[in-house]
Amino acid sequence: MVTRRLTTPLTEDEVRSLKVGDEILIDGYIYAARDAAHKRMITSIEQGQQLPFDPQGQMIYYVGPCPAPPGKVIGSAGPTTSGRMDAYTPPLLERGLRGMIGKGDRSQAVVDAMKKHGAVYLAAVGGAGVYLAERIVSVDPVAYPELGPEALLRLEVRSFPCVVAIDCEGKNIYEQVRRKLDVSPNKEELYDEKP
Amino acid sequence: MREIHCEQIKAAVKDCVLKANLELPGDIVIALQEAAEKEESPRARSLMKIMLDNAEMAIQQQMAVCQDTGLVAVTICMGQDVHIVGGDISEAVNAGIRDGYREGWFRQSVVSDPLERINSGDNTPAVIHYEVSAGDHFSITVFPKGAGSENMGQLTMLKPSQGLEGVREFVVKVVKEAGGNACPPLVVGVGIGGNMEMAAYMAKKALLRPVDRRHPKNELAALEIELLGLVNQLGLGPQGLGGESTALAVNIETYPTHIACLPVAVSLSCHATRRSSCEL
Ligand code: SF4
Repeated sequence: MVTRRLTTPLTEDEVRSLKVGDEILIDGYIYAARDAAHKRMITSIEQGQQLPFDPQGQMIYYVGPCPAPPGKVIGSAGPTTSGRMDAYTPPLLERGLRGMIGKGDRSQAVVDAMKKHGAVYLAAVGGAGVYLAERIVSVDPVAYPELGPEALLRLEVRSFPCVVAIDCEGKNIYEQVRRKLDVSPNKEELYDEKP
Repeated sequence: MREIHCEQIKAAVKDCVLKANLELPGDIVIALQEAAEKEESPRARSLMKIMLDNAEMAIQQQMAVCQDTGLVAVTICMGQDVHIVGGDISEAVNAGIRDGYREGWFRQSVVSDPLERINSGDNTPAVIHYEVSAGDHFSITVFPKGAGSENMGQLTMLKPSQGLEGVREFVVKVVKEAGGNACPPLVVGVGIGGNMEMAAYMAKKALLRPVDRRHPKNELAALEIELLGLVNQLGLGPQGLGGESTALAVNIETYPTHIACLPVAVSLSCHATRRSSCEL
């Protein structure tokens, strides 16, 4: 397990050097977007319009934060379940997106696109909304303010902690955890054991 | 006839949603601490340390424990000798949520229509259940629940012949399929029996019981412990990134059922299981 610091924007080489299980601290700008913002971005792509930001070298954080209480730049801001963005992700990877931050596993189509274009998927701690909000130092609206908590934002982060969950070779921490279970000699017992 | 005014209900609901979203219940905090002490994986330990730090920071900074402040389920247990005055009871509940979510700077996470998907703008309406029985008591329980864990719940109609074995298999399957999505360590609520909606309701009710309290019936208490063991053998660990702490507890509730039915519902709740109750 290695802890590495990364500053966005990222190059393909930097991203390809990251290995599953590496612990990462991110500095720089990342983009906050979840379901509704993704849907809008994909519609723009389909209609040949420009995206509200250039994904080249950037990272998207799947988050819909709480509103900022007085004196704070943002409210609680932990990751949301990434799988809901699977359908929207490959077209963004084609356009140079270098990474996504969220929680939970991704589809094979996303993993294949990550391998092809050189991108990583990072897991942040779900439910640690206050802890993570503290690592966000500034927030700029980018697009879709009418979506409220689902608006597209640019977040400036300092030492934002993540784990590489799926790397550019498609090595997947969730699969490793599952595989450990599947080869477990206790598997039969798991279903048959009586108290 | 005891009278309760809608203004009292509104104020109580507001206090409850504020408390629930800002303060993890004590039983959850202790269970997380105990799990972290027992855990052998360094990553799992450090993740649970972050979760505990986060819970403390939420109280200090008066910020929501988790940004997904959820769709609020409210259970009102009331005596049939209570008379509600000063308005509509369900409107009072929703008004309390509206006030609490505004005052707490909580996220508005509700869309008014499941297909049109326009944000309702004030986190209402709640899902409200009324349980009426003899007496003049009145209690409110709020259970704001995020979608990450809610989306991973499942219900099945087993054949009675599948029995206990079928229940075991189903519970383990649901937890396994949830992976990291439901933000483990989980509280696993299991509802067995009733009909389709009662099984789901029992699973939710089970989640409201503190994790350090086993079912009063010995056989069910033993089943809860057994299922917790099976689930923790899965190795999913905190956030599904590996470890023994996949769940903090399995809570079961049962209900009589039809001679031909064995419904089983499993509702998962995350490490940020938030609930709060009060009596009027
Ligand atoms: S599953 Fe729970 S802890 Fe995780 S993001 Fe949702 S509400 Fe928060």
